[in-house]
Amino acid sequence: MQIIKSLRKFDLALLVLSVAVFAVLEVLIDMRIISSFWRLQIILIGINVILAASLNLINGITGQFSLGHAGFMAVGAYVSAIMTMWYDLPFGAALLIGGLAACIIGVLIGIPTLRLDGDYLAIATLGMGEIIRICILNIQAVGGASGLTGIPRLTTFAWVFWIMVITLFFLKNMINSTYGRSCISVRENAIAAAAMGINTTFAKVLAFAIGAFFAGLAGGLFSHYFSIAHPSSFTFLNSYNYLTMVVLGGLGSMTGSITGAALITFITAALSDYPEVRMIIYALCLILLMLFRPQGLFGSQEGSLLLRRLMNRRKEAKANGSTLGNN
Amino acid sequence: MAALLETTDLSKSFGGIKAVQNFLIHIDEGEVIGLIGPNGAGKTTAFNLLTGVYVPTTGKILFDGKDITGKKPYQITALGIARTFQNIRLFGELSVLENVKIAFTLHASYSFPEAILRIGRYGKEEQIIDERARELLAAFKLDSLADEQAKNLPYGQQRRLEIARALATRPKLLLLDEPAAGMNPQETKELTQMIRWIRDTYKLSILLIEHDMALVMHICERIYVLDYGKILAEGTPDEIKNNPAVIKAYLGTEG
Ligand SMILES: Nc1ncnc2c1ncn2[C@@H]1O[C@H](COP(=O)(O)OP(=O)(O)OP(=O)(O)O)[C@@H](O)[C@H]1O
Ligand SMILES: [Mg+2]
Repeated sequence: MQIIKSLRKFDLALLVLSVAVFAVLEVLIDMRIISSFWRLQIILIGINVILAASLNLINGITGQFSLGHAGFMAVGAYVSAIMTMWYDLPFGAALLIGGLAACIIGVLIGIPTLRLDGDYLAIATLGMGEIIRICILNIQAVGGASGLTGIPRLTTFAWVFWIMVITLFFLKNMINSTYGRSCISVRENAIAAAAMGINTTFAKVLAFAIGAFFAGLAGGLFSHYFSIAHPSSFTFLNSYNYLTMVVLGGLGSMTGSITGAALITFITAALSDYPEVRMIIYALCLILLMLFRPQGLFGSQEGSLLLRRLMNRRKEAKANGSTLGNN
Repeated sequence: MAALLETTDLSKSFGGIKAVQNFLIHIDEGEVIGLIGPNGAGKTTAFNLLTGVYVPTTGKILFDGKDITGKKPYQITALGIARTFQNIRLFGELSVLENVKIAFTLHASYSFPEAILRIGRYGKEEQIIDERARELLAAFKLDSLADEQAKNLPYGQQRRLEIARALATRPKLLLLDEPAAGMNPQETKELTQMIRWIRDTYKLSILLIEHDMALVMHICERIYVLDYGKILAEGTPDEIKNNPAVIKAYLGTEG
C-alpha cells in the first residue's frame, strides 16, 4: 500500500497549498487590497485555468487536435444560465447541468469526428465550435445576436477557485490511472496502444467528454460572472486563445496549462492600457517561446516531477562531491 | 494437445495485390512456430490479420475455441494474442516503466469514479500494476532503466522492452515480428535463449517471423514458409532445410 499512501500525502500537501492560496487571496479581496480590476483578472485566470487544463486533456494528453473548446464553453454558459434564470435552480446544480450538456454535445460530436486524425480533426472541431455558436446566434429565446442578459451574478471568487481545484484534482487523478494512461498511449502510438488491449476509440471519446464537461463548467462560471452570455465570447479566436495557453505551458503538462493560462491572462491584463503594443508583445512572447522552448515551458512534464529530478540531481552532485573529497 | 490457433483459408488482398492467400496455420499450446519467407512474402500481413489490424478478405480465424474473425485489435489482445512490431512501436516519450504499465490496463478492474476519487480498488490495483511491471522489467534486465525514456534505449533493449510490454497483457499466444532484426550476434544469442525461457516461464505459444535462419532452425518446432502470399511448405526444421521448393524460393533465382 505504499503507492496510495504516498499519493494521499501528495494530495494532502496540494490541498493544504490550495487552502493557503485561497485564504490569502480571499483576505486580500475582502480587504479591497486587490483592486476590482485585478479581482476580475484573478477570476478570469481561474476560469482560463479550467479551460486550458481541460483542453490539455484532449490536445496534450490524448493528442487529439481540437479547436472547438469555446463551443463547449458556450453550451455550458447558456444552459446553466437558463437553469438559474428560468428554473430557479441553485447555482451548483445549474453549473453541473451546463457541464453535462456540454459533455453530451461533446460525445455526440466526438463519436463521428474522432475517426479523423490530425488536421482533419482540427478542421472538424473548428467547424463544430462555429456551428454551436451560429445555432445560439439564431435562437431568439436566448437573446440571439444581442446575447442573453440578466443572468444572476452568482459567480464569486470562491466558486471559481474551488471548481478550478476540483478540475485539477480530477484531471490529475485521471491521468495517474489506467484511464489516463490509455489516453496517453493513444497520443504516443495508437496502433501499439490497440495492440496492448486499449480501446482507443473509448479513450478518445472519454477525453473529449471530460474535456467538454469542464469547459461547460467554465462557461457557466463565465456567464454568471458577467451576467451576460454573448455569442461573440465563444468564437474560434477564443478557442485559439485557450490552445495558445496549453501550448505555451507545454502540451501534456497540467502544471504547464496552469502556468500558461495564468501568464497569458496576466499579460493581456497588464497590457490592457496599451492596446496598440499588446498584440506585438504577445506575438513576440510566442515567437521567443517557439525559438527557445518549442516544447512549451514545461514540455510534457509535470512541475512536481521536474522538482524531484532537480532535487535528485542536487543529492547526486553532493554525493559525488563527498566521494571526491574522500579521495 | 488442443489447437490454440487455427485458420481456414485466410486471404487478404490490397486492390490487385494478393498479399496473403489461403493461409492455413495451426498452433498448439506451448509450441514455438516459425514463419519465414522472402521479403514481401506476406508475413507481416499474416500477423496483421491474426491481430485484427486487417479484416481478412476471406477465411476465418479460430483462437482458443472462439471465432475471432473481424474482431478489433484490442478485443483480440484481451482474448490472449499479443504481438511486437517489425518497426518497433514503443511509447517513445514515456518511461520504460510506463510502457509496461500501460499494457497492464487490460487487467485492472477499478472504475472511473474509483480512479478519480482514489478510493476502492484503485490503490490496491495500482500497487499490483506497479509491482508486476517492475517484476517484468527485472525479468528482462530492464529494471535499472525503469525511469529512462523508451526512445533513448539502444535498439536491442527496445526490442526486449517491446516483448516485455507484450507479455504484460498476459497472452496465450505471442507473435514476434523479426525480433532479431538489428541485433548484434551476442544479442541474437541471448534472444534465442530468451524465447525458450519465455515459452516455459509464461506457458504460452510463440509464432515468430525471422530472417535469421540459425535462430529459426534452432528454436522452432515447426516452420511455415510463405512465398508470394502462399504457404509453400510446412514442417520441422530438418524437413524445411531439405525441401527443394524452399531452397528454390530462397536461392532459386539467384543460384
Ligand atoms: N496496407 C497495405 N496496402 C497495400 N499493400 C500492402 C499493405 N501491406 C502490405 N502490402 C503488400 O503486401 C505484400 C506483403 O507485405 P508484408 O509486409 O506482409 O511482407 P513481409 O513478408 O512481412 O516482408 P518483410 O520480410 O519485408 O517484412 C507486399 O507486396 C506489400 O507491398
Ligand atoms: Mg514484415
